[in-house]
Amino acid sequence: MRHRDSTAAAASAHRHGAGPQSGHSAHVRVSDLSHAYRRGGPLALGGVDLEVRPGEIAALVGRSGCGKSTLLHLIAGLATPTAGAVHINGARVTGPSPRWVMMFQAPSLFPWMTVAQNAALGLRFTRRAHLVAERIPRLLRLVDLAALADRNAQELSGGQQQRVALARSLATEPDLLLLDEPFSALDAFTRRALQADVRRIAGELGLTVILVTHDVGEAVAMADRAFVMAADPGRVVCETALAPASREPGTPAFEAERTRLATLYETHAARRDAA
Amino acid sequence: MTDAALPITMTDDAQPRSPRRAPEALRAVGGALLGLGILGALWAFGGWIIQRDPSLFIFRDFAPGPTLSRFWTMVQSGEAWRMAGPSLNRVGSGLGLAILIGVPVGIVMGRSRLFRDLANAPFQFLRMISPLSWMPIAVMAFSTWDGAIVFLITVATVWPVLFATAAGVRRIDPAWLKVARNLGARPLHLLTSVILPAIAQDVFTGIRLALGVAWVVLVPAEYLGVTSGLGYAINDARDTLDYARLGATVLVIGVIGYALDLLCLLAIRRLSWLREEAR
Ligand SMILES: Nc1ncnc2c1ncn2[C@@H]1O[C@H](COP(=O)(O)OP(=O)(O)OP(=O)(O)O)[C@@H](O)[C@H]1O
Ligand SMILES: [Mg+2]
Repeated sequence: MRHRDSTAAAASAHRHGAGPQSGHSAHVRVSDLSHAYRRGGPLALGGVDLEVRPGEIAALVGRSGCGKSTLLHLIAGLATPTAGAVHINGARVTGPSPRWVMMFQAPSLFPWMTVAQNAALGLRFTRRAHLVAERIPRLLRLVDLAALADRNAQELSGGQQQRVALARSLATEPDLLLLDEPFSALDAFTRRALQADVRRIAGELGLTVILVTHDVGEAVAMADRAFVMAADPGRVVCETALAPASREPGTPAFEAERTRLATLYETHAARRDAA
Repeated sequence: MTDAALPITMTDDAQPRSPRRAPEALRAVGGALLGLGILGALWAFGGWIIQRDPSLFIFRDFAPGPTLSRFWTMVQSGEAWRMAGPSLNRVGSGLGLAILIGVPVGIVMGRSRLFRDLANAPFQFLRMISPLSWMPIAVMAFSTWDGAIVFLITVATVWPVLFATAAGVRRIDPAWLKVARNLGARPLHLLTSVILPAIAQDVFTGIRLALGVAWVVLVPAEYLGVTSGLGYAINDARDTLDYARLGATVLVIGVIGYALDLLCLLAIRRLSWLREEAR
């Protein structure tokens, strides 16, 4: 599991002092990042600064339209910022890479492929087809889909498709996983299970994860730290560490932590709206 | 250009569908056989009328009896293949060229708004010109008759391929491209792993339409100059007053055309990935 190809990522991770244990973790630094979708248009993001440490799970919470997806796209290198920069392991992000993979709200599987073929896409794109036979069955077991490997991707339920998308994101063994409300279309039960899966998998692989969510409870259940964002222009207004003891939904500790984060969220959003 | 402006409509039986269950397949084959049987019966009825009416004497050889027996000798002696070979060659070359031009241009047209805005009017204009009206120009421009015929077929078939490809590209979910880029796909990967598989069924729907057009254009095109092929055979049979041969050649044209269309249909079925919506 810990084995990985000697890519620039690994080299960079080592240069920045990450030992072999954290070979899969990325250090993310966002500095003064601004973005306008149209030249001279309104700023979707206005000067975002944040730092996510290797192996950490960070949650971005904020109202609809405050720029969470925009921020994630910029970190993933799927769009070029108007100003500012994103550094991953000290190297400036200039484009997409299989080392930092984004998982979108919709699974968007390729409907002409089987589950296993979809999961293997990243390996084929990065010329590592020789790893497919070993890695893909293991990943499909990890997301509990081994039995459906040869099914057409369309013949799966929404939650199963989302798990294929998770396996697909993990196949290239990225250092950083960017999750854009990946579970919001799912029922509470499946969502709960997938939240636990992602935490477990990220822990096993030592991944750094940035999770966008509307759901304060989801942030408390999954994340080590939360960033609260506000709109017009999109920015981080507050940052807080989340207690590890409060991850189990339903427990008093969880409820207390959720109330605390919700209060932070409300006060910051309200204060900015009034201003 | 709006999608409605695209001259492509999937005919009902080219609609992608889930793998057929046996009774359904049986029903389709049964229906086809029955339909062909009715067509044959109408033909026989026409033959019977011709038989009864002396004033229709010259049409006698078009009745099923003489035509079918001539058809059978044609198939057995290999004459049918000798006639059809050059024709298939011309259709193959013309359609092949149309695919080589139509698919890439169609992809660009589907991807680029600017190109679409520029090309739509001239393409629709050119598309509406009957391919046969290029005939005199083709004859002047090409040193061989074969070249002229291949040109006419290409001109006739490039449009359905091009527009079907463009329509397919426009239906590609942009999220697929984003996912692919996100996983490290290079531009060539986007083409081979996303665009081409996504549009394969549309391209073959276009090819199927194009084949129908090519097969129709072929016969009049082969009236010109050439001394081989099905169109030539029709003309020759007329000139020698060999109506049984004429009828049999018409039958050969129909049979081969039907077979080619069936092949296209099978290809579309194989390549179509759309399943019934279950959720
Ligand atoms: N493609 C686009 N073109 C122009 N403006 C855009 C585009 N995408 C987003 N925006 C604008 O940028 C701002 C931030 O959008 P973004 O999608 O990042 O919000 P979000 O926080 O992800 O919202 P949600 O929670 O609803 O997904 C919004 O004001 C939105 O209108
Ligand atoms: Mg969003």
